Amino acid sequence: MLFYTIKRLGLAILIVCLAMLMLLSAIHLVPGDPAGIALGPRATPEMRAEFRALMGMDQPFLVQYFKFLGNVVTGDLGVDVWSRRPVSTMIGEQLPHTIALALTGLGWAIMLGIPMGCYSAVHRNSVLDKLTGVLSVGCIAIPSFIVGLYALLLFAVELKIFPAIGAGDAGDIKDQLVHLVLPGLAVGLGWVGYLARFVRTSMLEVMGENHIRMARAYGLSNRRITYTYALKLAILPTVALLGVGVGSLISGAVFAEIIFARPGIGKMVVDAVNTRNYPIVMGGVLVTTMLFALSTLISDLVAAWLDPRIRQGL
Amino acid sequence: MTDTTPSDVAIRREPRFAWFRQLLRDPLGCFGLVLVLLIIFSAIGADLIAPHDYKALDVKSRLAGPSWDHLLGTDNLGRDTFSRILHGGQIALYVALVSVGSSLLLGLVLGMLAGYGPTWLDNLLMWFFDSVRAFPVIMFALAVITVVGPSLETIIFVVIVTTTPGYARIARASTLATKNTEFILAERSLGAGVPRIMFSHLVPNIVQPLLILASMDIPVVITIEAGLSFLGLGVKPPTPSWGSILNDGYGFIRNTPWLVIAGGIPLIITTLGFTFLGEALRDVLDPKLKKER
Repeated sequence: MLFYTIKRLGLAILIVCLAMLMLLSAIHLVPGDPAGIALGPRATPEMRAEFRALMGMDQPFLVQYFKFLGNVVTGDLGVDVWSRRPVSTMIGEQLPHTIALALTGLGWAIMLGIPMGCYSAVHRNSVLDKLTGVLSVGCIAIPSFIVGLYALLLFAVELKIFPAIGAGDAGDIKDQLVHLVLPGLAVGLGWVGYLARFVRTSMLEVMGENHIRMARAYGLSNRRITYTYALKLAILPTVALLGVGVGSLISGAVFAEIIFARPGIGKMVVDAVNTRNYPIVMGGVLVTTMLFALSTLISDLVAAWLDPRIRQGL
Repeated sequence: MTDTTPSDVAIRREPRFAWFRQLLRDPLGCFGLVLVLLIIFSAIGADLIAPHDYKALDVKSRLAGPSWDHLLGTDNLGRDTFSRILHGGQIALYVALVSVGSSLLLGLVLGMLAGYGPTWLDNLLMWFFDSVRAFPVIMFALAVITVVGPSLETIIFVVIVTTTPGYARIARASTLATKNTEFILAERSLGAGVPRIMFSHLVPNIVQPLLILASMDIPVVITIEAGLSFLGLGVKPPTPSWGSILNDGYGFIRNTPWLVIAGGIPLIITTLGFTFLGEALRDVLDPKLKKER
C-alpha cells in the first residue's frame, strides 16, 4: 500500500507539472502579445517591455517554466499586477468560500442522488425507476449556469425565499448557510444525476451477490437487506467517485460564484481575466488543477485501500 | 469477389436500416432526435423563420414581455429575442461541428499513431493526453482567454485541445485491439504500407465508438460556448449567442424574467436532445461501450 501511495503521488505531481508545461506552451504558441493585450493599444514599447519583465516573459521559455515551478514549490505565485498583493494570499482568502460551495453541492448530490439511486435499484424497471433514469440524464445534461440562473430567478427574485447575492455575514453561520443553498444546488445538480446512476448500478451489482441471496433465504425483511447489507457495500465505490466530485466541483463553481456574486476562486479568476491580471489567472488555474489532481489521488487511494486488486494495476 | 449474390448484398445492407429502426423504437432516442432536428432546422432556416432582424434596435419597446409581435419578448436594446435565439443556434452549432469534427479527426490520427507506432511514441502521446485531461476545462479556457482575448476562434481552440485526448484514447485502444487481428496481418503479408493499413483498414473498424463519443460531446461543447459567452468571454457582440442573451438577462433579471427564461430554453432543448440521442445511439450501436457512471 505504501509503495502504491508513493507511486501514485509521484504520478500526480508529474501530471500537474506536465499540465503546467502544456498551459505555458499553449500560451506561447497561440499568436498575440500578452503585454500588448494587457496594456491596451495605447501602451508604449517601453511600457510593454516593463510589463514583460515584471511577468518574467522576457526570458526564454524553459527558463520561465522552471522558474515558475521553483516559485510554486516555495509557495510564491507572483503578485497581482495592479495591487501588487501576493497571489498566494489572495487565493488563501478565496479558497474557503469555493470549498464550502463545492461541499454544499456535494451535499445536495448525496441527499438527492443516493436515495434516488437506491429506490431505482430496489424497484428495478418500475415506472418511477424509468422516470429517475430520465431525470438523472436530464440533471447531467443541463448546464449548471442554467440551473443557477433559473434558481436565482425563481427562488430569489420572484419568490424571495433565499437571498440572491453574496456569501452572508462573516460571523453569522446560519446566514452563510442560507446563502449557500441555491449556489450549492446549481453546482451539485449535475452530480445528483451521476450519483443516482452510479448508486443504482452498484446496488444492482451487490443485490446479485451470494450473501444477499443468503440473507433473503434466512427470511430477513427486504428493507433490512437493502439498507443494512446492500447499501453498505454499494456505497463504497461511491465514496471513491465523490473524491473526484470535489475536484471537478471546485472548478465548476465558477458559474455559481458569478451568478450569485459570491467570493471564491472562480469569481477571482474571471475578474482577473477581464482586467488581464495574468498572475492571478495562472495561480487560480494552478490551484484548481492541483486540487483536481489531489482529489483524484485521494479517491484512487481510497479505492486501492478498499480493493487490493487495484494496487497491482499501476 | 465477383460472385456476390443478391442475398449477400441484402445481408450486408440490413444492419444499416436495423440500427435506425432500433433507434426509433427507443422513445427517449426518438424524443432526442426530434429535439435535435428542431434545433438544426431552426438554425439553418434562421433567416427565413426569424420575424425580425436580430440586430434591429427598437428602444421604445425594450425589455418587453412575450407578445404576438415579439414571441419571446425583447432585450435591453429592444432587439427581438426570438430572432436572436434562432441566429444564436447557428453560432452554437457552428462551434460544436467545427470543434468536435476537428477533435475527432485529430484524435483519430493521434490515437492510431499511438496504437500502431513505436512504444516510445505511444508513451509520449499518452503522457500528453493525461496531462491535458488533468485540467478543469473552464479554468484552461480562462487562462487562454487572458492571453489571446475572447473570440470564437479561442473557444474552438480550447475545445479542440481539451477534447482531442478523449478521442485519441479510444482510437488507441481500438487500434491496439485491431492491429493484431488476422485480416491486418494478412494485409501486411500482402505488402500493404502503413498508411494503407491505417486509413483503409483500421479507420473503418475503429471509427464507430468515436462517432458515438462525438454525439455525446456536442452538448458539452455547446455548453462551454454558452458558458463562456455568459461570462462575457465568448463571442463578441452584436453576434447573438445563447450565452450572451443569458448575460443580458442576468443584468436585467430584476426588470424582466423573460430574457433569462428565453435564453435558457434553447440550451435545455439542445443539451437534452443531443444527450438523449447520444445515449440511444450508444445503446443501439455499441452496447459494450455503455459506461456505468
